[in-house]
Amino acid sequence: MTTAGTKGRARRSGPARTSQAVALPGLLWVPAAVAFALIALPVLGLALRADWPRLPALLFSGPALAALRLSLVTAAISTALCVVLGGPLAVVLARGRLPGMRLLRSIVLLPLVLPPVVGGLALLFLLGRRGLLGARLDLWFGITVPFSTAAVVLAQTFVALPFLVVSVEGALRTAGQRYEAVAATLGAAPGYAFFRVTVPLVLPGLLSGAVLGFARCLGEFGATIAFAGSLEGTTRTLPLLVYLERETDVDAAVALSLLLVVVAVVVIAVARPRSGEGLG
Amino acid sequence: MTAGVDARVLVRRPSFELDVRLRVEPGEVLAVLGPNGAGKSTLLSVLAGLLRPTEPDSYVRLGDRTVTAADVHVPPHRRGVGLLAQQALLFPHLSALANVAFGPRSQGRPRRVAEATARELLAAVDAAELADRRPAQLSGGQQQRVALARALAAGPGLLLLDEPLAALDVDAAPAMRSLLRRMIRGSGQTAVLVTHSALDAVVLSDRVVVLTDGRIVEQGPTREVVAHPRSPFTARIAGLDLVPGTARPGGLRTADGQVVAGQGAALTEGEPAVAVFPPSAVAVYAEPPKGSPRNVLAVRLAAVEPHGDLVRLRAAARPGGPSWVDGLAADVTPAAVADLAIEPGADLWFVVKATEVGVHAATTGVPAARDRPSAPIVSLSRSPTPP
Repeated sequence: MTTAGTKGRARRSGPARTSQAVALPGLLWVPAAVAFALIALPVLGLALRADWPRLPALLFSGPALAALRLSLVTAAISTALCVVLGGPLAVVLARGRLPGMRLLRSIVLLPLVLPPVVGGLALLFLLGRRGLLGARLDLWFGITVPFSTAAVVLAQTFVALPFLVVSVEGALRTAGQRYEAVAATLGAAPGYAFFRVTVPLVLPGLLSGAVLGFARCLGEFGATIAFAGSLEGTTRTLPLLVYLERETDVDAAVALSLLLVVVAVVVIAVARPRSGEGLG
Repeated sequence: MTAGVDARVLVRRPSFELDVRLRVEPGEVLAVLGPNGAGKSTLLSVLAGLLRPTEPDSYVRLGDRTVTAADVHVPPHRRGVGLLAQQALLFPHLSALANVAFGPRSQGRPRRVAEATARELLAAVDAAELADRRPAQLSGGQQQRVALARALAAGPGLLLLDEPLAALDVDAAPAMRSLLRRMIRGSGQTAVLVTHSALDAVVLSDRVVVLTDGRIVEQGPTREVVAHPRSPFTARIAGLDLVPGTARPGGLRTADGQVVAGQGAALTEGEPAVAVFPPSAVAVYAEPPKGSPRNVLAVRLAAVEPHGDLVRLRAAARPGGPSWVDGLAADVTPAAVADLAIEPGADLWFVVKATEVGVHAATTGVPAARDRPSAPIVSLSRSPTPP
């Protein structure tokens, strides 16, 4: 576990502090400091580079507001989709008895390790106008998915789903099925027990998974640009706008980046206490 | 509501086989004693419906319903079989009241009715004031009391008790034991109690089966099995000395009027009671000890048996003396036996301190389910029932 976790425990109970006095060889401090600097210094650099007096004007410009609004709306919808679809998937992975469950789990984790651009391309070849499914959607219903806001949502859901699934599955495994067994002996049918016992028990894991997923959606870039393109007001989310402005107006790019940093910090502050336990 | 049980449970696994046939009369409490790995938990899981027996010959009947058979498996939530385990397992996100109301609620009772039932039961287990607390704010003993109320609120036909006192600390266990006795015996609740403790069996159950390696090695009325164990396992964990009588302040009075001093929970004077002490607490004298404040029982030595590193002396009644001393045991060192220079037939005095004697309310049982004398400790005519 992280040192933050150890410290948290030490603060709560006296005995843990004495055991900590034995730990930490001095050798660890140097690489640890370098690692921390690697994360913290670039953010500091960003803050120093920012044109603070012009910041409000840059952030409240038309394109910036449109991108922010699009980012928040699509990330919220994607997160909701993750909960509605990923929650049940986590339950099946944790409790279901299917052959090839291990393979299934590896596939679910794919978006975590896959370059997002590859994910975007894959989505395009499935749902593009000449794609496996896209061609039929176009032919039968006249629906075109790519380069629409729906495509943004799909791309974000694709990359964020594993975060929610892993978090909820972990919570389910930690909770075990003892409480469900007790509920059954009290006369609760499986569905009743699921909503009254299982869901409340894994709620912390579900929330932290959702927050992490939301953060991942907000930051999504690769899959979105490959599958949804960069059309202002329709598919140009904040990260896409940052990348675009980087070429023409560096100050605007930095201001928008800072906005994303603030959002990320807020998300971490909200999700942090539980995420340590949930993702273990 | 309360139902009898008739079951044959056969579970075969590569390293383990359980083959048990049992009957529990309506309103009866059956204790299942046995070492770890004997199959007690497997047996309870099959009764609760959480586990399906592997062999088609198995069946479980609750009252007149068949809930387990070759082609029948009624799921746990439709069986009406309650479970109180070692861990209270209260739902951590619900208050004590909502925990107790969970059973009635899940059976479709309206919230108001369910909560009224829950409040009644919380009051019955002396936990009315804990209604609004979360499980994390309760002590182990309080949690177990709420868990008992929760199990009973669902109105189970059969209640399974899986070592309900094992996880409690020594201060909380006696109170929980008498609460279980009051709640379960008081209402005529049919129950199966799995336990390691002969004392729990004596206080709570009518009958005992002893399970070893998946088979019943011994069974009979609780007091008889505990006082006269036949299998080595029962002898090791049980083998308690029991003296029946009626409660009086500071102990009990036997049928012939002798007073046995001991420590007891609050008992009503005149209520049937049993004094319990371990054979290791008995000192043996060849001459009557004089001016002693302790319990002195005049006996005749019936048998001398090796018992681990010790020697177990078995008592019989003296001619004309009280018959209840028959079968009492005393564990002494071989050196003490040599000093006493005794042999069977000798008159001895068994002496036990009042602090070593526990006085408990006796299981008088359910009249309908009873076909044996109410003070059976001297009866040796147990009918051996095939497992």
